[in-house]
Amino acid sequence: MHPAPSVIIFTVFSGLGLGFLAYLGLGVVHPTGLDAFLVFGLAYGFAVLGLLASTFHLGNPQRAFRAFTQWKTSWLSREAWSSVISLLLMAPVALIAIFLGVHSATFGFPAAFLALLTVFCTSMIYAQLKTVPRWNHWTTPALFLTFALTGGAILSGWASAAIALCVVLGVLLIASYALGDGRFAARGSTMETATGLGRIGKVRLFEPPHTGTNYLMREMIHIVGRKHSVKLRTISVIFAALLPALSLLLLPMNIGTIALALAFHLIGAFAARWLFFAEAEHVVGLYYGAR
Amino acid sequence: MTELPPKGKKKLGLVIDLDICVGCHACVTACKGWNTENYGVPLSDMDAYGAEPSGTFLNRVHAFEVQPATGPAQTIHFPKSCLHCEDAPCVTVCPTGASYKRAEDGIVLVNESACIGCGLCAWACPYGARELDQAAGVMKKCTLCVDRIYNENLPEVDRVPACVRTCPAGARHFGDLGDSESAVSQLVAERGGMDLMPELGTKPVNKYLPPRPKDRAPAKPLDPIIADMQTTGLAGWLDRLLEKF
Repeated sequence: MHPAPSVIIFTVFSGLGLGFLAYLGLGVVHPTGLDAFLVFGLAYGFAVLGLLASTFHLGNPQRAFRAFTQWKTSWLSREAWSSVISLLLMAPVALIAIFLGVHSATFGFPAAFLALLTVFCTSMIYAQLKTVPRWNHWTTPALFLTFALTGGAILSGWASAAIALCVVLGVLLIASYALGDGRFAARGSTMETATGLGRIGKVRLFEPPHTGTNYLMREMIHIVGRKHSVKLRTISVIFAALLPALSLLLLPMNIGTIALALAFHLIGAFAARWLFFAEAEHVVGLYYGAR
Repeated sequence: MTELPPKGKKKLGLVIDLDICVGCHACVTACKGWNTENYGVPLSDMDAYGAEPSGTFLNRVHAFEVQPATGPAQTIHFPKSCLHCEDAPCVTVCPTGASYKRAEDGIVLVNESACIGCGLCAWACPYGARELDQAAGVMKKCTLCVDRIYNENLPEVDRVPACVRTCPAGARHFGDLGDSESAVSQLVAERGGMDLMPELGTKPVNKYLPPRPKDRAPAKPLDPIIADMQTTGLAGWLDRLLEKF
């Protein structure tokens, strides 16, 4: 699949922001006054930046409000609802912390739950697709949620939780790479099933429908990004999980350490998310003799 | 709404005969012609006269080579468009309700004025039947020429999809696949019509008729010439002469 920058920015930053908001809603960190203003501002900033980026790849973003209508069947619609409700519910938590100096569990707990639910809905947009076997697996929601929780824990400065989550994240990343590689074959779609011609013999593409490219090929058959797969997999595990854990373990806890751990984590998160798209193969590639 | 409607009796669709298709692409051209001038926004082309032309098409003809266990390979021309699936995954993923399946005849359509162009339905389709128009930013797909098949302003013979009407070989058939008595259903029963990628559970309405099995061994056009060389003429003499050395 095409690793569009807008979608990578959307999933990485909205996950990070919503993960941090979940900790703030739960009261794991409870800043007050000006600190609360800055901390909530940062969390909202990441979440809103990410959610806004998601509208950049739309053909007609002016109609985006229509995405709220189909929550019964569509994960994208559910994500739209969940994100807006969680951000609205988080507002009183922020205001009470800024002006009254206390943590509101009444608003905070449901808002935290909805923040994580939003991350889950985002992951299900990808995990629901049978056409992309690598995504169509429990590791997709597990990874998205663990990324959100790890990034949130680093931003919260909760070192012990962040280190534990980094370990979980590293293991999950390796598991998702290992399990993901066999998913396309396990789905059983081949050029023979795609064309129904397997009953005659082995199928290969003789001539594509046109000499140039098309929307489907640009969007779903992305080969360049897979070239450096092994290097990027290594970078993603080292930067997203290993280096943040080591920084938090070895360096004294202060804002500089948090920033360093977060910078490492984000580099790894971008590498992992790039691969998440670039390595995912869509079954439509079979009609083009490619994957 | 993007909930799938209750299963209807009527299931309009196409039956494509892979034994007959000659790969002339007339259906591609007729489809683009009709659908760029009628229902919905035009099917745009990008850089049409430049170095990297590409465009929106609702129907494309691939060509595959199939190699049986014994004997020569076969070339099969393979037109592909929306299969109007009974369990259409492109419909349920749509966040806006733009993508829908009609209860009355099973046609899958896009309401272009509600489409935000997110592209998720194209990702959900295994068959590559949906293309996001790069000029209008809305999703385009086969409408089964919904603006022809019920159009009483057209002569009755023209009330079929443009691709079916234009096919010079008679490889495309249109009809109600929900009615077991219909001509298309009988054709499917007779010829063993098949689904594409049945393992994905989309239950396509459109069926493909497999190429008929070869009823005789392939001709070997060089054999008589080789036999001639062995027996008569200058070549025969040379052959016999050279055999001696």
